[in-house]
Amino acid sequence: MKKNRKIALLAILIALSLILSYVDSLIVLPFGIPGIKLGIANIAIIYTLCKMGAKEAIIVSSLRLILSSILFGTIMTFAYSLVGAILSLALMIILKKFTHLSLMTISICGAVLHNLGQILVAIVVMATKEIAYYLPILIFTGTISGIGVGILSVLTLKYTKNIE
Amino acid sequence: MLKSHRLDFIIVGSILFVAILAFLLIRLSQKAGTYVVVMYDQEEKARYPLDQDLEIKLSFVDDKYNILVIKDGKASIEQASCPDKICVRQNSISKTGQTITCLPNKTVIKIIGDTDSGVDVVS
Repeated sequence: MKKNRKIALLAILIALSLILSYVDSLIVLPFGIPGIKLGIANIAIIYTLCKMGAKEAIIVSSLRLILSSILFGTIMTFAYSLVGAILSLALMIILKKFTHLSLMTISICGAVLHNLGQILVAIVVMATKEIAYYLPILIFTGTISGIGVGILSVLTLKYTKNIE
Repeated sequence: MLKSHRLDFIIVGSILFVAILAFLLIRLSQKAGTYVVVMYDQEEKARYPLDQDLEIKLSFVDDKYNILVIKDGKASIEQASCPDKICVRQNSISKTGQTITCLPNKTVIKIIGDTDSGVDVVS
């Protein structure tokens, strides 16, 4: 891929992931449990990971994190998302590179680990072990959102197959 | 890319299995609580009995507050100064180990049982 093309494509993907983050932050799911989100911003990350590679996915993910925290979040949300995003992206890159797992499974593992990371930060920051009680529900909802994101990622990749 | 392998099912299945197992274990270990503990910035600030109805404004920093309501043995946050209002939307709590967290205000309310620490109810 030519350098100019690559820069342009990365910019588009970062913009896309930002918009998806914004939609994520707008949609509040009525479960009465903190931290449950759709996680559709991950579609852009998975797309980058599959289409371009691990390095590019890290670029998109970290810029998305910084920009979305500045635009729609607070310092606190940054700390929470940071750990979740690092863990989830690291696992997705490893799974993508070293296993033949389906994209769906990779997406599910990413979503679950993202929630796990956030809970860990919350336990440390608030010094309250009991926050771990939310884990089972967050793993469950993470699996469901991971399935949705997985399907959308596969479809997106399928319909943009011919675009180099 | 959509084709599934056996390993995929095993992995996703075990994730869900662990979640359901943990959920059941937590549910079974929870008892009716006796006190509401208010934590701010990692320290316990106050403790209220669950069996007395109460409405109190928890404010540890200027212009940041959460209004704690205890009613019919259940605790909830009625109102808060934080922008996301996640604590207000959380369901009311009454069993040991349940928490309501307000991350922006660094405030946690949690339910404990008769035992003084109330921390090791699971383990």
